[in-house]
Amino acid sequence: MSVSKEEVKYIARLSKLYLTEEELEKNTHDLSSIIDFANELSSICVDNVKPTAHILDIQNVFRKDEVEPSYEREKILQNAPTKDAGCITVPKVVE
Amino acid sequence: MREDYEVIIGLEVHAELATHTKIYCNCTTEFGSDPNTHCCPICTGMPGTLPVLNEKVVEYAVKAGLATNCEIARFSKQDRKNYFYPDLPKAYQISQYDLPLCKDGHMDVTVEGKQGNYKKRIGITRIHIEEDAAKLIHDAYTGDTLVDMNRCAVPLIEIVSEPDMRSAEEAVAYMQTLKSILEYLEVSDCKMQEGSLRCDVNLSVRKKGETKFGTRTETKNLNSFRAIYNLIEFEANRQIEELEKGGVIYQETRRFDDVKGIGYAMRSKEDANDYRYFPEPDLAPIVLSEEYIADIQNHLPEMPHIKKERYVQMYELPEYDAEQLTNSKKIANFFEETITHWNNPKAIANWIMGDIFRKLNEAEIEIDACPIKPKDMAKLVELLDKGVISSKIAKQVFEEMFESGKSPEKIVEEKGLVQISDESAIKEIVTKVVENNPQSVVDYKAGKDRALGFLVGQVMKETKGKANPKMVNEMLLEILNQS
Ligand SMILES: [Zn+2]
Repeated sequence: MSVSKEEVKYIARLSKLYLTEEELEKNTHDLSSIIDFANELSSICVDNVKPTAHILDIQNVFRKDEVEPSYEREKILQNAPTKDAGCITVPKVVE
Repeated sequence: MREDYEVIIGLEVHAELATHTKIYCNCTTEFGSDPNTHCCPICTGMPGTLPVLNEKVVEYAVKAGLATNCEIARFSKQDRKNYFYPDLPKAYQISQYDLPLCKDGHMDVTVEGKQGNYKKRIGITRIHIEEDAAKLIHDAYTGDTLVDMNRCAVPLIEIVSEPDMRSAEEAVAYMQTLKSILEYLEVSDCKMQEGSLRCDVNLSVRKKGETKFGTRTETKNLNSFRAIYNLIEFEANRQIEELEKGGVIYQETRRFDDVKGIGYAMRSKEDANDYRYFPEPDLAPIVLSEEYIADIQNHLPEMPHIKKERYVQMYELPEYDAEQLTNSKKIANFFEETITHWNNPKAIANWIMGDIFRKLNEAEIEIDACPIKPKDMAKLVELLDKGVISSKIAKQVFEEMFESGKSPEKIVEEKGLVQISDESAIKEIVTKVVENNPQSVVDYKAGKDRALGFLVGQVMKETKGKANPKMVNEMLLEILNQS
C-alpha cells in the first residue's frame, strides 16, 4: 500500500468526512491504486521540461470590470437545505 | 514592556480592491446591501462554472507593488488554497502560492517613537491577489450561523511584510503609511471599520542579543490602528511573562477583543495549516509585458512622501504641516484646491489643521463630507487677509459656515459683520472709550501695559468685534501718548 490508513484518516478529517472501519479499508486500497497509477509519471525524465502552469497554451484571459445584474436571491438559495433571513444557515461556527 | 526583551513583528494586511465587480464574475462589490443579493453561480461556487479574472485586479495589484518598490512578476499564476469552512462555498480560496504578482519591496516609514521621531525601512515580502470569503453572522436566537455571500470573491490584495518591526509604534507607522499609499493609488477605499483594510499580526519575543527567532503567534483580523497597538502591547507582555515563568509559547492562531483588551487562542485547528495548494486549472497564467508595467509606472500618482517634500519646497510650509496635509489624499486635495482660489498656503494650512480638523473630529466625518467647500474656505481667508473682517469675526463666520454650508460673503453680509476700517468711525469710538475710562488712562501712564489691552477690549466690545484691531491699537496709542 503506497498510502497508509493514518494518511487516509488525516485526509478525511481535513474534508470533514467520517469513515467507518470498512470505508477506511476500501478508501486506503482505492487511493493507493490511484497514487500508484499516477506515480508511473515519475519514471519520465522531465529535466528539460518547463513546469506547467496551465494545460492549455493560453495566457491573460481577462474580463472588463463592468457590473452586470446578479441572480435573484431565491435562485441563489434554492438548493440550500436550510435558510433564514435571506441567508443560508449552517450549524454554529462563529466562536 | 521589559527592556531586556525584543519583540519581532510582521504584518499581513488584506485590502479589498476598489473595483466595481468581483474578482471572477460581474457581480457588484457594493457594500451594505441585503444579504445574498450580489451573487451568481460563479461567486457561490456552483459546479460547472468558469471564473474569468477581472483585468482591474491585476492593474491595481501592480500599482500597489510599484508604489512599494516591489519587483513585478512577468509570469504569475493563481492557485487553490483548500480548506473546509462555511465562509467558502467552493471549499477552496483562489489565491497565489509560489508565483505572486509582486515581491521583494519596501516602504520607508516615519515612526513616532517614545524618544522622538525616526525613519525606518520595512521590507515587503510579497503582494498577491486573492478572493474574499463570505460573511458569517451568529444568530443568538436560533444558535445557527447565517451565511451572507455578498462578500464572496470580492478582490483582495494581501501585503506581507518582513518581520522587521520592533515595537507597536513601528507597526502602526507601517500600517498608516501603507493605508495612505493605497488611498493615494485609489486601489482600495481602506475603510477599516467596514473591514476593507484589515491586518493579521505575527509576533514573537526574544531576549536582547539572541539571534534566533522565538515561536510566533498570529492574531487575526485587527481593524483599527488602536487595536493593532493594544494587541501588540498585550501579546508581547503575555509572551514575556509566559517565558519568564518557564512556560512555552505555542504556535497558534489568536483573536483579540479590543474592548476588553484581551487576546485569546482560537479553538485548536491543528490541521488547518495544511492547505494543499495546487495550480488553479480554470484560470490562465498572467504574463505581463514591459510596456504594460512601464505604462502603470508612468501613470502612478504623486506619492505622499514626494508630495510632502513638494509642499515644503513650493509652499514653504513647515515639515510638520506638510506631513499633516499629505497623510490623506483627500486632505491634500482639499488643501490644493483651496490654494488655487486664494494663494496663502500657510494661513490655509493653519485653518485646515486647526479649525477644520477639530470640527471634522467633533462631527466624526471625513473631509470629503465637510460642509465647507474649498472655494468658500479660500474666500474666508481672502476676506480676512483683505481686512474686510477681523480674525475674531472670521472664527465666528467659520462656525456658521460649518453649520449652514453658506458662503462667507453671504454670512458677513446677512449679519453685518464687515470690519469697521473707517477711520473717523473708529476714532469716535476710541475717543469715547478713553473719556469713559480715566482710571485706565492713569494706569497706562503709570506704566501698566495691561491697561492698553483693557481699552482695546472696550473698543472691540463697543463695535461687537468689528473694528480693525490694528487701527484701534494705533489710534489708542496716539491718543494716550499725546494727552
Ligand atoms: Zn457573482
